[in-house]
Amino acid sequence: MKEIEELDLPGDIYYTKDHEWARKEGETVKIGISDYAQDQMGDIVFVELPETGSVFMKGEEFGTLESVKAVSEVYAPLSGEVIAVNSELENSPELLNEEPYSNWIIEMRPSDENQYDELLNRDDYLEMIRG
Amino acid sequence: MIQGPGTSGLILNEPLLWEKGKKGRSAFSMVEQDVPEAELAAGLAGGAPFFPDLGELDVVRHYTRLSQWNFGIDSGLYPLGSCTMKYNPKINEKMAATPGISSAHPMLEESLCQGVLQLLFELQDFLASITGMDAVSLQPAAGAQGEMTAMLMFAACFKKRGERRDKILIPDTAHGTNPASAALCGFSSVPLMSGADGVLSAASVAEKMDESTAGIMLTNPNTLGLFEENIRAITDIVHQKGGLVYGDGANMNAVMGMVDFKRCGVDAMHLNLHKTFSTPHGGGGPGAGPVCVVAELEPFLPVPRAVKKGQGYGLSFGSTDSIGRVHAFFGNFSVLVRAYSYIMSMGPANLKKASQLAVLNAVYVRERLRDTLALAYEKPSMHECVFSDKKQHKWKVTTLDMAKRLIDHGFHPPTIYFPLVVPGAIMIEPTETECKDDLDQFVVVFKDIVREAESDGERLRQAPTRTKVRRLDETRAARKPCLTG
Repeated sequence: MKEIEELDLPGDIYYTKDHEWARKEGETVKIGISDYAQDQMGDIVFVELPETGSVFMKGEEFGTLESVKAVSEVYAPLSGEVIAVNSELENSPELLNEEPYSNWIIEMRPSDENQYDELLNRDDYLEMIRG
Repeated sequence: MIQGPGTSGLILNEPLLWEKGKKGRSAFSMVEQDVPEAELAAGLAGGAPFFPDLGELDVVRHYTRLSQWNFGIDSGLYPLGSCTMKYNPKINEKMAATPGISSAHPMLEESLCQGVLQLLFELQDFLASITGMDAVSLQPAAGAQGEMTAMLMFAACFKKRGERRDKILIPDTAHGTNPASAALCGFSSVPLMSGADGVLSAASVAEKMDESTAGIMLTNPNTLGLFEENIRAITDIVHQKGGLVYGDGANMNAVMGMVDFKRCGVDAMHLNLHKTFSTPHGGGGPGAGPVCVVAELEPFLPVPRAVKKGQGYGLSFGSTDSIGRVHAFFGNFSVLVRAYSYIMSMGPANLKKASQLAVLNAVYVRERLRDTLALAYEKPSMHECVFSDKKQHKWKVTTLDMAKRLIDHGFHPPTIYFPLVVPGAIMIEPTETECKDDLDQFVVVFKDIVREAESDGERLRQAPTRTKVRRLDETRAARKPCLTG
């Protein structure tokens, strides 16, 4: 497993306490899991995605990731509607381990832009991991 | 290298049965044909399945060799946490093989199977008195089915009361079967976080418990091996809101004869006979997961149950409130016989002592390994202890690597990566049936493995190296499973 110094944590995205990331792309947002999350989970072997059009509240579970160690839920960083899912992950779940930031899980249209303010930036997230 | 029981002996290869044999071989003699041959009606005949022709010795060697690749409690220490892999005394097998018991047909008239009915009746009674509960069904075939049976009873009870409750509280240390059983009965699970000390606080339950919540599913001791000491306060809160309390009996081996679950406020619980009551476990199953309830829930129990009828015994088909059958006839009967044999041969005092020794053994391992591995919780633990691989991170050695290396030394690894609340968890449950010498050997080997983590980490990452097959690619097995022979 990686030391904290070895983690890749880009500065241009938002993070959550549950180790998801959110990247604002105009009016929509792409969501994935952080390098720390994929490293802690180990080899991911199965990804369960929501259906396009589903609506989730901030903090609500939108899918599950199964690794060789455990099954983990992924939670919506913001409230909104799912407008796309990365179905490539269904056949190649390892992409989340290999490139956690270019391989997003879902794309949402947030219903409340103010919720971005409640997310963590890189430094806050790093501090949280350091505990 | 310090020597555990494991060595590298000669292991005999063995192909699949379908790759063995020769046309014409046979393991029995056909009786001579004494009726005229007749043509099979058209439409009944079809292609025959492919079965290999094998001699008796082919078959005997095949299964003997496969058994030699296996590892079981009869081969060595099997400290799989939360599984209670205790030794299964051979007297249980002898009793289950008694002809009057093993050949009793489940549809015999009551008058012709009084002994069997007496055994079922008394086992219900024993399990009620061991748990402190009022009534028992022996039908469920496994722990998870016991959980589901109890959840069906909770649902039936609320329906009878005319209440709508669609949620249930489940702590984050619970077995995954708990939320699954609840979901099958229409309850959505509300997760409860355990506190920093590894147990539930009454306040966290009070915060979530309301009139639309069916109750709580609680394992005590919990899967961290810690006693839920706030159980009385927690069950009071649940009852005040009209809810019911389910006790998961997975860890009963820590508290036989020590804890009265009814007085703790538990309304229904299951027992794993294949854990606590020494019946075969895992691949050697089948299991049994009897459900014990308080009097209020008795009308909802599955039927039939064994009852006293006059001077003898009979079956009761209960009230119309019963949830019905959850298994054909009486459950996995031959498993019930083994548990009965265990309880009868131990007696109340020794059952209690078994639990005390199970706790003592686990605490001994915990204290001897506490400087070697990172202890997850400082709180006094019961029949199992949970460590993590935190201290080994700096050498890039994980829980998985250490577990695999234990195999090289001839030990079955403990439970790893569970419970989920401890990252890199190593959960050790030695059970009461291991003697101090064997525990000492395990501890010495584990300490040696940790020294090796620092000096030769690669050796651990390659482990196991002395087994018939080397480390399996678990990731590939999960991503690209090959499910045919």
